[in-house]
Amino acid sequence: MKSTGKILRYQLRDVIRGRWILVYTLVFLLMTDVLFRFGGSGDRVVLSLMNVVLLLVPLVSIIFGTMYLYHAREFIVMLLAQPVDRTSLFLGLYGGMAIPLAGGYAVGVGLPFLWHAGGGAGSALGVLLLTGVLLTCAFTALAFLVAVLFEDRAKGFGAAVLVWLLAAVVYDGIVLMVVTTLWRYPLERPLLALTMLNPIDLGRVLLLLQFDIAALMGYTGAIFNRFFGSAVGKGLALTVLVAWSVLPLLVGLRRFRMKDF
Amino acid sequence: MTSPERLPLEPPDAPAIPRLVTSTAAIVEVTDLGKSFGGLTVLDGVSTSFAVARITAVVGPNAAGKSTLIKAILGLVRPDRGRIVVNGHVVTRDWDYRRGIGYMPQAGHFPENLTGREVLSMLKHLRGPSAELDEELLDAFALRPELDKQVRTLSGGTRQKLNAVIAFLFRPPLLILDEPTAGLDPVASGIIKDKILRCRESGTSVVLTSHIMSEIEELADSVVFLLEGRIRFDGPRLDLQRLTGHQSLERAIAVLMQGGAS
Repeated sequence: MKSTGKILRYQLRDVIRGRWILVYTLVFLLMTDVLFRFGGSGDRVVLSLMNVVLLLVPLVSIIFGTMYLYHAREFIVMLLAQPVDRTSLFLGLYGGMAIPLAGGYAVGVGLPFLWHAGGGAGSALGVLLLTGVLLTCAFTALAFLVAVLFEDRAKGFGAAVLVWLLAAVVYDGIVLMVVTTLWRYPLERPLLALTMLNPIDLGRVLLLLQFDIAALMGYTGAIFNRFFGSAVGKGLALTVLVAWSVLPLLVGLRRFRMKDF
Repeated sequence: MTSPERLPLEPPDAPAIPRLVTSTAAIVEVTDLGKSFGGLTVLDGVSTSFAVARITAVVGPNAAGKSTLIKAILGLVRPDRGRIVVNGHVVTRDWDYRRGIGYMPQAGHFPENLTGREVLSMLKHLRGPSAELDEELLDAFALRPELDKQVRTLSGGTRQKLNAVIAFLFRPPLLILDEPTAGLDPVASGIIKDKILRCRESGTSVVLTSHIMSEIEELADSVVFLLEGRIRFDGPRLDLQRLTGHQSLERAIAVLMQGGAS
């Protein structure tokens, strides 16, 4: 991995100079600022931002991540003809994408909280920022996995959108179906497990539990509250979110090392 | 190198013609290289060697396996079988041997928002400290004024020139040039051809592919002719012309292609 830093340095420069990362940051900046101006307190702004963040961050990360790797293909060939090992290159490229995306998000959401003096949204804002950053890392890793698995760009984009749809929309539908068909049975624990498996759902639960509305979720909410309130629950949730970055990245790296260019 | 006797032309369905030169030292040795992509055999038992301080042209029709052979030498393609030795290093997962190779791909693609200067400094960083750089082409192509522009504003030809500069920059003992003059104007391709010839004089080994026969006639000492993943001819260029009984290389190659197709 000795060349990762060198590659990262130039890739970062390339990505940050691209206008789209600026646009991405500005979208979050404007949205957060407007929510504050409509008279929201810090907590309410976080709550309003939640759903946008949970949908937009994974979508942008997976689409831009896939696009970026396909676009860099010829340059990857050029770099692989240099004395560079494939692991360094892959990790350098990943960092070159994930860091600007996560940074753009954090700056866009974080700055308005600073100049509107936060409104006492301390821990909720912290969870929102952390969730967004981890989701960025996870979906950029998934994007890289998709781009390495599919030689064909059109198929790759299709797969990327499908992964996002699955995680953001279809998964909830399946969970809901399970709940409605098996409503006679105590489902709290299986539901907890199902929630843990999807990074977007996990992010949503972690955020909701920051607010009093968790009490409105009834018995399930109480179980969730107790589980994610405990140190074990928090640790496990964080581990799963991080694993969603690490595992796709490792599988992608394995394929990248075997790949023919 | 010019032996007086006429060599008989082999019948088209005969196995590959054995190599005619074995005396010189080799910088690249390829033994029984095989590669297929999804059931399609691209290289089928290719064995050859590229001599030190010689220019070898790898020729053949489209999809004959030229690029795959070159990419296998660079470690970009992992062969199914066979062995490649570059400058004494067996090509496996090891990657440091590429320090000794300058590669010019068919088309240059760089990160669009970087400047030419940044691309060059990135490569210098990746290579680490090296002896004096060869920036001759930078001046010959009058490229210095373009170096501070972002790559996306550069024309295809200018990018290709930048590509050429990169291949020669580190004075590698082995140059691998994939259609080096494609997309360049006559002046620029003249410059690059002169540079290739001068590099050979100073002991650099060169492997190039080209579809331009006059260029191969001008440059190549040896020719490796690939057809459907097999070597059909491997030897001095002049032997190829003599072998087929044709004075021009273009005709000689055409005879080989037809021979292989029937």
